[in-house]
Amino acid sequence: MDDKIISVNNLTRAFRLGDLSVRALRGIDLSIAAGEFVAIRGASGSGKSTLLNILGCLDKPTEGDYRIDGVSTRAMNKNELADIRNRKIGFVFQSYNLLTRTSALENVELPLLYNPAISSRERRERAQRALAAVGLEDRMSHMPNQLSGGQQQRVAIARALVNDPVIVLADEATGNLDTRTSYEVMALFQDLNAGGMTIAFVTHEPDIAALCSRQVILRDGRIMRDEAVAAPGNAAHLLAALPATEDSIESAPQTDH
Amino acid sequence: MSFFSLFKIALLALKRNKFRAFLTMLGVIIGVASVIAMLAIGQGSKESIQQQISNMGSNMLFVRPGSINSRGVRLSASEAQSLTLADSRAILRDCPAVAMVSPQVQGSGQAIAGARNWPTSIHGVNPDYLEIRKISIVHGSSFSAKDVNSSAKVCLLGQTVVNNLFGPDAEPVGQLIRFNRIPFKVIGVLSEKGESTFGRDQDDIILAPYTTVMKRILAISHLQRIYISAQSEDLVEQAAVEVSATLRREHKLPEDRDDDFNIRTQQELVTTFSATSEILTVLLASIAAISLLVGGIGIMNIMYVSVTERTREIGLRMAVGGKGRHILLQFLMESILLSVSGGLLGIGLGIGCSRLVASFLAWPISITSESIALAFAFCSAIGIFFGWYPAQKAASLDPIDALRFE
Repeated sequence: MDDKIISVNNLTRAFRLGDLSVRALRGIDLSIAAGEFVAIRGASGSGKSTLLNILGCLDKPTEGDYRIDGVSTRAMNKNELADIRNRKIGFVFQSYNLLTRTSALENVELPLLYNPAISSRERRERAQRALAAVGLEDRMSHMPNQLSGGQQQRVAIARALVNDPVIVLADEATGNLDTRTSYEVMALFQDLNAGGMTIAFVTHEPDIAALCSRQVILRDGRIMRDEAVAAPGNAAHLLAALPATEDSIESAPQTDH
Repeated sequence: MSFFSLFKIALLALKRNKFRAFLTMLGVIIGVASVIAMLAIGQGSKESIQQQISNMGSNMLFVRPGSINSRGVRLSASEAQSLTLADSRAILRDCPAVAMVSPQVQGSGQAIAGARNWPTSIHGVNPDYLEIRKISIVHGSSFSAKDVNSSAKVCLLGQTVVNNLFGPDAEPVGQLIRFNRIPFKVIGVLSEKGESTFGRDQDDIILAPYTTVMKRILAISHLQRIYISAQSEDLVEQAAVEVSATLRREHKLPEDRDDDFNIRTQQELVTTFSATSEILTVLLASIAAISLLVGGIGIMNIMYVSVTERTREIGLRMAVGGKGRHILLQFLMESILLSVSGGLLGIGLGIGCSRLVASFLAWPISITSESIALAFAFCSAIGIFFGWYPAQKAASLDPIDALRFE
């Protein structure tokens, strides 16, 4: 039981649009164990963003229970949920969401600012360690506009790691990146996962999902399939296999697959 | 989240839009500067009035005849002859709070010296009068009690009289003048007092023993005024009470009769004139405060813009664990920083403007620490008040919507 980082029981979420009640999630049962690398796939409107918002404690379910790291979030108020986000969850967004004109290091420090138990010295040290873990130790004082898309996303991953979360939630984290950079970022996620980090990765791209260890496919607010990936690909190998010339062609965000 | 990191975040946010921040502050700067300048000018004129009045002797009071009822007919105060030398002596004898008393009578006429003449007034007083009215002598000396007893024909001249009868550089002491054909020997010259607050030339005056003026010039036996000085400034009120009781007894007034005299103190004058300039100051400062209010609305406006612009940042901060109160404090800190730094610059500008007014227009100004504290407190309050609503709006955003905001 205790190795379950996330456990969701009969979760529903309905939104009220005027008189209409839209049911985005219609009964989800899901548990994620420590060390898993789960891809949550589904078409637009399948409810994957809603599920991720609930898993990320940004939203509360209409019905059903959600336990993270053994703690039920059912009775929590806004401030308690904020503390859960601050201590137990790392977010990676599609559009990076870095603060402009703020150095990489200060961007990474951000979550720790909201944890009064951490001194400014410890904050700095942990942010430096997190940036080093994503291979950006020489870019700490760069501003986001001085970094490439892949580097910005790695700063965002460092920010997700800095608070030592029990799970990293990634929302289309490769959605704005080209194939090569996507593989670089996925290689980083695979490294983190190999180091024991639990990751839930929302994506609509099957080839990215194929790099995870488990796939959960949503349709119309229900889990359609939940299965282990038979032979997860290795992003580092795929990266090495990419023709060197692809660099120039693949600079635009990919639209195929 | 520590105060320091809040401060740093707010400072960084403002630095990103330096010019916008400056324009926003400008409203507060101008508002605070005008409040400071208006208070400085108002306070300055109030203090200069108080200064002038206390120059006339702040522990002084005087008695003049009041209107009296004579067989049912009310007579005007100036016709009344109710004050006498006996009253004057009784006040000095019976009132412990009184230090000095001088009778006073005055008449106007033409003063003549050699070929020159000048219309002026002569005041008959005793030697203590100079002390009571805080008048000093620059040349010669005052007359003595002996001169009073013998109704000596000696006098002291004010500067205006000296200038008109002898010329500005002359040495009048020892010379003779005539006032209404009576010859007086000039034994002293009074120091210059300038115009009074009410525009009267206080140097256009001749002082002589009251006995001389009463007998030889006016031919009266009553007094027009009695000038009194209290033992100290604090005892002025008590002296007034004692003088009133003494005079009622001397005049044998029954309980049900009104006073047939009026006691006026300098304190009353100070109060009256201070109140007038106080009203003026409050009026000017409130107009200035309105401009400060407008500056505050400018802050509110720009804070709303800032909250909208940074919706995604707010969403992110919430996603990584920022609570509503953190976001509230962050934006509140920003608006307070705007208004307080605007306030500090405004205080500098206000002091500068007041100094300019003082040196170019020669108006009296007085910058008090109270007015600075008031302006500062007011603009801090404006920062909190007008920053509150935008900050509240930011704090109540939904993190999911805020993160998706385009």
